[in-house]
Amino acid sequence: MTTTTTSEPTTSPADRQALNRQLAQMLKGGVIMDVTTPDQAKIAEEAGACAVMALERIPADIRAAGGVSRMSDPAMIKGIQEAVTIPVMAKCRIGHFAEAQILQAIEIDYIDESEVLSPADDTYHIDKTAFAVPFVCGARNLGEALRRIQEGATMIRTKGEPGTGDVVQAVRHMRMMNAEIARVANMRADELFEEAKRLQVPYDLLKQVHESGRLPVVNFAAGGIATPADAALMMQLGAEGVFVGSGIFKSGNPARRAAAIVKAVTNYADAEMLASLSENLGEAMVGINADEIELIMEARGQ
Amino acid sequence: MAAPSTPSESTSAAVTRTPCTAATRTPTVAVLALQGAFAEHKTKLARLGCNTLELRQASDLQQPFDALVLPGGESTVQAKLLRELGMIEVLRARIAAGLPVLGTCAGLILLAEHVISASDGRRCEPLPTSALAPARVSTSAPARTSAPGDVTTVEGFNTLPITVLRNGYGRQLGSFAAHAPLADTTEPETTHTHDIPLVFIRAPRITSLSPGVEPLIEFDGEPVAVRFGNQIGCTFHPELTDDDTIYRLLLNSI
Repeated sequence: MTTTTTSEPTTSPADRQALNRQLAQMLKGGVIMDVTTPDQAKIAEEAGACAVMALERIPADIRAAGGVSRMSDPAMIKGIQEAVTIPVMAKCRIGHFAEAQILQAIEIDYIDESEVLSPADDTYHIDKTAFAVPFVCGARNLGEALRRIQEGATMIRTKGEPGTGDVVQAVRHMRMMNAEIARVANMRADELFEEAKRLQVPYDLLKQVHESGRLPVVNFAAGGIATPADAALMMQLGAEGVFVGSGIFKSGNPARRAAAIVKAVTNYADAEMLASLSENLGEAMVGINADEIELIMEARGQ
Repeated sequence: MAAPSTPSESTSAAVTRTPCTAATRTPTVAVLALQGAFAEHKTKLARLGCNTLELRQASDLQQPFDALVLPGGESTVQAKLLRELGMIEVLRARIAAGLPVLGTCAGLILLAEHVISASDGRRCEPLPTSALAPARVSTSAPARTSAPGDVTTVEGFNTLPITVLRNGYGRQLGSFAAHAPLADTTEPETTHTHDIPLVFIRAPRITSLSPGVEPLIEFDGEPVAVRFGNQIGCTFHPELTDDDTIYRLLLNSI
């Protein structure tokens, strides 16, 4: 038995992975909000966000502006880090490991390797095991989720269809994930080898899902969540927390709507409380139907 | 040292027994379930044979419970929801009246009388041991200290007379795992000499203790778990490891 009381414990990559999965566990039951300025970050923190996602333009504006969307200016992210005490996340492009290196250099708390930005690599995702900072990645189904986890993601979120205010895709992805997890959990052990091949995922990760009946990391809902009811819907479908992107700061009263969504996530099964939370929130984001748009972000990065 | 409610039967028996069955009936432990890692605490407590109860809104407080666990998560979120959902005064009164309570990480911040929120980005230098000087004992209505650079206040229960620095090791890159033993004085009757795994996730640091607050575990010369009467607080996450020591201390005080 050794008594470890030194101040500089060395952290192995495996320990770092565990610590990064554990940070995601601390975010559970919470709402992670997209913000573009320090003022918005403060509004989000005061409304009860458990973390903020710092980005230059929220997905609805990225969609409207078109063109190539990239990692945000580090100075802008640092401004947000200075403004709040909750964890600060930021997005890099799929496969753009240099953007991820920059975000790690400014000590971001979580990197979102995100389909909301223009992909930088149409074949390879970032080798996230090479980083000390944690990564969250989007997934539409179990196969995508387990591939991202194998690459080192320590948190998963549904992709949804960002910037639309239309929750239909997030619902589809969460239901798909749950159905596939239930099917894998109910398989005979000798069927897992073939299933791993079919899903194009590592056998070991699939076996973990089979044994635990859940993803090996925390799974949030994201994409198109705009109201307390949307948040409650995703929580009742099994999400462990929600990301709200354009839904808050594209609405009439961001502070009030943000606070209502936070409470809706905590008391997602109490319809009476949800009813009172949904009253007088002002204009929701106008939104756009997911089937009316040309740019399908969810198809990025499989 | 605050007197632990040591049963007259030897405590070493409690180590080998499931604590919950050592009591005359199965205790019910309420877990604050507003945000954070409450499910992990429930799993641990259930494995130790306890009934568990989630506290999500004021009406949940009407159910009887014997102890309270305040989980890790974001203290700003939890404190806000405690206030706005009308739960904070009832729970504060019960803690003040002696309800056994365990606060981990954010939960410790909710218990602490003084909270310093250094702006998150500034990595804090280790405090000299002399910084652990006893703080003023406050007996009247607790008032929060506010330090320069204070950017966010956390108004919690203010029942544990210690000062806590939020995000005391910096951002997520400063998170780490370590081991340390329970202080010799904690349960002298028992043979708790094993190292306890300590997982620190964006953890707070305890920067001062009032007289009467007993350090339970020290790491790197600083207290990382403390006890004050019925209140136990730790800066690490016992719900994330297999070790049950902290839970046994809580359950033994029921």
